[in-house]
Amino acid sequence: MQKEMAYSFPDEVLKHVFSFIQSDKDRNAVSLVCKSWYEIERWCRRKVFIGNCYAVSPRMVIRRFPEVRSIELKGKPHFADFNLVPDGWGGYVLQWIAEMAGAYPWLGEIRLKRMVVTDESLELIAKSFKNFKVLVLFSCEGFSTDGLAAIAASCKNLRELDLRESEVDDLSGHWLAQFPETCTSLVSLNISCLGSDEVSFSALERLVDRCPNLRSLQLNRAVTLDKIANILRRAPQLVDFGTGNYAAELQPDVFSNLAGAFSSCKELKSLSGFWDVVPAYLPALYSICPRLTSLNLSYATIQSPDLIKLVSHCPRLQRLLFLIQVLDYVEDSGLEELASSCKDLQELRVFPSDPFGVEPNVSLTEQGLVAVSLGCPKLQSVLYFCRRMSNAALVTIAQNCPNLTRFRLCIIEPKTPDYLTLDPLDAGFGAIVEHCKDLRRLSLSGLLTDHVFEYIGTYGKKLEMLSVAFAGDSDLGLHHVLSGCESLRKLEIRDCPFGDKALLANAAKLETMRSLWMSSCAVSFGACKLLGQKMPKLNVEVIDETEPPDSRPESYPVDKLYIYKSVAGPRFDMPPFVWSMDEAVKILH
Amino acid sequence: MSKPIEHDYIGLSEQQLPSMEKSSDKKDGLHLKDTELRLGLPGSESPEREDHDQNVLSLKSFVSGAKRGFSDALDGGGNWVFSGGSGGGTEGLFSPRRGGKNNGGKDLSGSDSGSVLKDGAAQKPSVVQEKKPQVAATSSHGNGNIAPASKAQVVGWPPIRSFRKNTLAAHPPKNDDGDGNAEAKLGSGCLYVKVSMDGAPYLRKVDLKIYGSYKDLSSALEKMFSCFTIGQCGSHGVSSGDGLTESRLIDLLHGSEYVLTYEDKDGDWMLVGDVPWEMFTDWCKRLRIMKSTEAIGLVTRQCLLPNK
Repeated sequence: MQKEMAYSFPDEVLKHVFSFIQSDKDRNAVSLVCKSWYEIERWCRRKVFIGNCYAVSPRMVIRRFPEVRSIELKGKPHFADFNLVPDGWGGYVLQWIAEMAGAYPWLGEIRLKRMVVTDESLELIAKSFKNFKVLVLFSCEGFSTDGLAAIAASCKNLRELDLRESEVDDLSGHWLAQFPETCTSLVSLNISCLGSDEVSFSALERLVDRCPNLRSLQLNRAVTLDKIANILRRAPQLVDFGTGNYAAELQPDVFSNLAGAFSSCKELKSLSGFWDVVPAYLPALYSICPRLTSLNLSYATIQSPDLIKLVSHCPRLQRLLFLIQVLDYVEDSGLEELASSCKDLQELRVFPSDPFGVEPNVSLTEQGLVAVSLGCPKLQSVLYFCRRMSNAALVTIAQNCPNLTRFRLCIIEPKTPDYLTLDPLDAGFGAIVEHCKDLRRLSLSGLLTDHVFEYIGTYGKKLEMLSVAFAGDSDLGLHHVLSGCESLRKLEIRDCPFGDKALLANAAKLETMRSLWMSSCAVSFGACKLLGQKMPKLNVEVIDETEPPDSRPESYPVDKLYIYKSVAGPRFDMPPFVWSMDEAVKILH
Repeated sequence: MSKPIEHDYIGLSEQQLPSMEKSSDKKDGLHLKDTELRLGLPGSESPEREDHDQNVLSLKSFVSGAKRGFSDALDGGGNWVFSGGSGGGTEGLFSPRRGGKNNGGKDLSGSDSGSVLKDGAAQKPSVVQEKKPQVAATSSHGNGNIAPASKAQVVGWPPIRSFRKNTLAAHPPKNDDGDGNAEAKLGSGCLYVKVSMDGAPYLRKVDLKIYGSYKDLSSALEKMFSCFTIGQCGSHGVSSGDGLTESRLIDLLHGSEYVLTYEDKDGDWMLVGDVPWEMFTDWCKRLRIMKSTEAIGLVTRQCLLPNK
């Protein structure tokens, strides 16, 4: 009976039903039901997300999903953000673009993260996809304003161009003028990463003028405060705005112009930018503060008193604020104020203003975070840099915020113990994983023994991503994590005494994860080779910039190790300092 | 041993490698003074260790994987070694020899030693103790070249994205500066600069802020671009151990000279070393390691320019 039912629906009906299923996870589940569902599903999948561009080849993706309209790719490992991955490692998008150019003429959206994108790639995008709408280059590099000019000139219906945190070679500011006069479709433009000479302001103004649907605009630092008003008046429909430079000598007419411009933006909910902020200009924001749900002041060197003033002058701000990112100038007192005002806070990020200073330059301690945990019960996501911590504080935070899904704590000095008891911070982090049952992401710091990993392995059942640095005593620590964390997808470790035993004992686990990064640990070259040999579904790559690993005894630890599951086999674009442990790959480059 | 091994972790304790202190001895095997990378215009005397800011950096035999650090000249005979080399003398590339605080990776002492070759090579660039990124040796030589008041940095720690670091560092937060007048320095305080090398397949990036002197920078670059030479060695089917040394020796003799140049904020290409270090970090937008034959024009121009 059930069998008949499966065949009783014509494909069109199933296709229509499937079109409501957006999440990749669900789609993957659907495709496993039976062969015919697999077939139908693959023909109607429009969006593909590839978390590791080397896990699969472009050809394989195209073969399985012939009608894709939107693709998202991630390249380098996360630790590349902190310069642990040498330049030239990989993550090139060109081959993907080249293959998709032929196979997906209707591709409309490309989102890339930590990939190397050349001008050639951009030019290829510009000429291959007639319906191109969305380009997001998050933390990418390798391209210049020439490539952007190609995109601007050719993509007639471009909706979104987002270059957040990418590195762009500045050749000329005139690329913006390449958007044809007929282009009126922009909805989102983020050029905050561009340097001072890379934006022609008049071209920008004209562009903003003719795009009535522009909702999100992030300017770059070169745009001075006096120009902001011009832009805002041309785009009062903005929802998300990133100012450029927010500094100027205080002049009444500039101020009132700016305040007026802001107040005309009735939809504005999210603000960022604020480089070089002059506090005297902050009151220009007061008219929109009541509506703000997201405020990113993480580049604004704004002192605590100014922040408190900003928050307290807007009676309704307190209730709507969801995300706030500030430098630690905010200090404990500022965070305490925040905790009492912003009851709906869900995400907090506090960045350090002077990460390399020896002495703390501001009074920001664990107390600020404790205050926020107490005052903001909806807190879900924390990124907090500070210089001291205690187990007691962490336990309090854990108990106050059982809904935490992301907790990243960075105590600036590695291996700092509990400042009150001088104990390791095992118990504190243990409390976090124990109480926060939905914790998906965790970053550790401070003095930590194998015990913390025991807690993590025992309680961190939903943990998907774990970042570890300068922690643990022995392989047991790694073993706890690999054997206990059922949902683990990404594990990145640096400077920990984890070696062969735990890795080899849990080799099978690695096939269930997206990737494992280990640098400055104690994994031997021999173990890497063994893994490469025994685990064909894994790509085991050793990174060493100084010497080929086979020029040393096998028991020598490797410098950096990156293991990821892949159905594409070893990659062919490895630079000389990356060695694949796949037996089939010749070591010679 | 200066590096504190606090924990005996599995698998590595039997692999203690020759301590760094001894590694300086190994280095003397290669007597290649003449072709050593040196600081200074070709033919000039090796400058004194303390003050080389005024000298032009030249990288002899750079691409041939010279094990000699060109800072050898800087030290007045001290034993700088190329990234592949061991820590030479007191200013070895390996911070564990520095003794003192182990900023992290208590295990790392082992890892460090684990990476030392018999000819004293292979410092992992990201090793923690007291080092600057890509330069294992920090500037604590006991000479005037001391790191700034902030402690020596560990690669990638604290974990802050380059974008943020660059942005903040270029415009350091002003303390007690109520009205915070914006310094008109947009774009000029760039710290991560690209480094290209003639013939290399891709660019590298360095953070100028982490180096205290031209010497630190040059060692770091040396190390960074050595991987191209390793690649070359590898492709010639060099076997491990002695073979590697031998091949490098051969390459050394046939190596060509390079000079380090930079593009300043006016867009002009200058030889590195013409201005005091602090000024240089402000002005430098990009670095290029170019063949000295191409740089001759620059040298000439440099001489004719008034002192900045």
